[in-house]
Amino acid sequence: MREKYQILLSFIKDLFNYSLRGGKVYHIWMGSLTFLMIMGAILYTKQLESGLAVTGMNDHVSWGLYISNFTFLVGVAAAAVMLVIPAYIFSDLDLSKVVLIGEGVAVGALLMCLAFVTVDIGGPARFWHLIPGIGRLNFPQSLLAWDIIVLNGYLALNLLIPFYILINKYSGKEPHKKIYVPFVFLSIFWAIALHMVTAFLYSGLSARPFWNNALLGPRFLASAFAGGPAFILVILGFTKKFSDFKIDEKILNKIAVIIAIAAQINLVMLLSEVFKEFYNATHHSNSAIYLFFGIGGKTALVPWIWTSIGLNILATLTLTIHKLRNIDFFRYAACILLFVAIWIEKGMGLVIPGFIPSPLGTIVEYHPTFIEIGITIGIWAFGFFVISLLVRFGFAIEQNIIVYKKNE
Amino acid sequence: MKNYRERLKRFFAGLSKEDGKEGGKENGKEPVIKLDLLGKKKRDRRSFIKGISASAGIGASILGVGASTLMSQEEKERLGLSWEEFFKTNYRYMSGREKRKTVKRLEKLAKLKRKETVTISDKGAIPGVLYGYAFNISKCQGYMDCIDACLKENNLDRKSNMQYIKVFEVENGSLNVENGDPHFFHEVPKDEHFYMGTQCMHCENPPCVPVCPTEATWKEDDGIVVVDYDWCIGCRYCEAACPYEARRFNWAAPLVPAQELNTNQHYLGNRNKTKGVMEKCTFCIQKTREGENPACVEACPTGARVFGNLLDPNSEIRKIIETKKVFRLKEELGTEPKFWYYMD
Repeated sequence: MREKYQILLSFIKDLFNYSLRGGKVYHIWMGSLTFLMIMGAILYTKQLESGLAVTGMNDHVSWGLYISNFTFLVGVAAAAVMLVIPAYIFSDLDLSKVVLIGEGVAVGALLMCLAFVTVDIGGPARFWHLIPGIGRLNFPQSLLAWDIIVLNGYLALNLLIPFYILINKYSGKEPHKKIYVPFVFLSIFWAIALHMVTAFLYSGLSARPFWNNALLGPRFLASAFAGGPAFILVILGFTKKFSDFKIDEKILNKIAVIIAIAAQINLVMLLSEVFKEFYNATHHSNSAIYLFFGIGGKTALVPWIWTSIGLNILATLTLTIHKLRNIDFFRYAACILLFVAIWIEKGMGLVIPGFIPSPLGTIVEYHPTFIEIGITIGIWAFGFFVISLLVRFGFAIEQNIIVYKKNE
Repeated sequence: MKNYRERLKRFFAGLSKEDGKEGGKENGKEPVIKLDLLGKKKRDRRSFIKGISASAGIGASILGVGASTLMSQEEKERLGLSWEEFFKTNYRYMSGREKRKTVKRLEKLAKLKRKETVTISDKGAIPGVLYGYAFNISKCQGYMDCIDACLKENNLDRKSNMQYIKVFEVENGSLNVENGDPHFFHEVPKDEHFYMGTQCMHCENPPCVPVCPTEATWKEDDGIVVVDYDWCIGCRYCEAACPYEARRFNWAAPLVPAQELNTNQHYLGNRNKTKGVMEKCTFCIQKTREGENPACVEACPTGARVFGNLLDPNSEIRKIIETKKVFRLKEELGTEPKFWYYMD
């Protein structure tokens, strides 16, 4: 028991020390992220002081950039774990490594999700009203209550699994597959649940026909399984190029194939939605008409959605053609484009147009403010900061750069 | 007709606190969304100035605490009450005793914080009463006196000129409110047009209620859908779920000039709200539970608005539903609104 405690203590100490060490690039990277985080925090105090009136949101468009990013990042978090499935299907790959990276990204994305929800709510000091026992969590009626549960449960899973693997490797022991693999499987189901619940949050609202759509959940999954792994692939490529960590080319290839398939499915679903909205446009198609073409000269979202669709098609084609996919430049460029395309699709293409026109037909456009954008950038910096720390530390232990030394 | 251009000019010049009263009185007939959008820029600047004066005030009060024991006593009481208020539970689950205690605390805090003498009621639903509302689209002329009366009765924010009620101007040829214009800005009534007021429909199956993650909003026994302003965390899921645009969020701290404050309040109704919480029409719960009509019904100069007890077979509202051709908005959603429209 005493030894376990010592291992844990030295693990935390090493985590801290290792995070402070690094090359010039690392320091500049982390320094810039810290700067952006501080900027976001300062802007957030401004928002706390004056209320959400400092954002571009209003009683018509009552969710904006924050919830858009939240929705997108739920996808990134959920998709990270999807890397585990191919690792099982193509069992020639080293499983634990993929699990570690995926879960590092998931933790970062989940922390960003929680941060985005926190900055979005009007009374963050009242968060305890959500805690069963002292507060009142409206479970199972409210989908938001479900979302809180799956989000935090998923975070716990994604902290526990890598922690178990890493601390074992750290102390020189081999992690027992029997112990952690069931949890890995649980987290795969949990990832799908997480994303479906978040989609139901929207599709459960009959007041908003644009969201009230049975395809929303599956489409969330498809786009997430394209965008999330694209993000991870870029991280892997980046790590490969700028550090000594060895990453098997096979892993990168397999992930690229997964992304291509998910992106293709996403496009098919997009086509299906567009057909339904436009072939025989009803009153319920107004949000889609506003999104794609604008209504009455109001066209704020039009450039966004067409950019998104353009990037989506371009990236999907690039990843589908073997010759292009196997060239590093095209592969990573396509991944970045796809990531951006899906980010737009979830925010400006899904959350915002759900509010426009309003249920009684009024069109009020949404333009995020400087403060809102600053806070959003700050939270993204925070996420990248966490992911950088976790992925780097995970690799270091994985490659035996950091090991536990007795009686140090 | 009043002079709109004059009023618009004054609006652009910015209302000071002193003339806020007049602005509040008259705002009823102004295009409200326009006001919102225009008001925003101004609000930023103003709240900035307010912030500066507030921090100066805090500094002064800290000095004051050191200087005078009387002040520190008051300060202590205020902090103690705020502390207890912060950790109280959801109103819906309070016992009668707890309700009376929180009401007393809130009355005391109103005095300490804002020097307001208010009475806050915790009166529950009257047994055998289910409220309903009927709106005569042949009578409404779009005067918007209802909006004005609502603002005053319910202590709504004067900075954004919050309105629970919207009046849509709809061109003849369609009964669909979505084709109407809620921002009209001209002499009324306009030829070939009619007017439809909307507000919270107090649905029998309110879609806004189950979505709330903290049970901060619910339907009372008399059918009124209410919000516990002190329990709401401000996630705005209910606002997204409402098909009738009935909910209003306090994007900034609401402002009501002291001389215009309605001091006759209800915990679930028109009491002081803070920034970051949701509010909505409560059928003027502070009036209707005392047997009066809502302010919008009292204010309507054309008699287009009728309010009453649906369970009383002799009530006017029952007569209207039984004898007129009535309809409700978005019946296909299954929300069962208790707000009917009819024609003569």
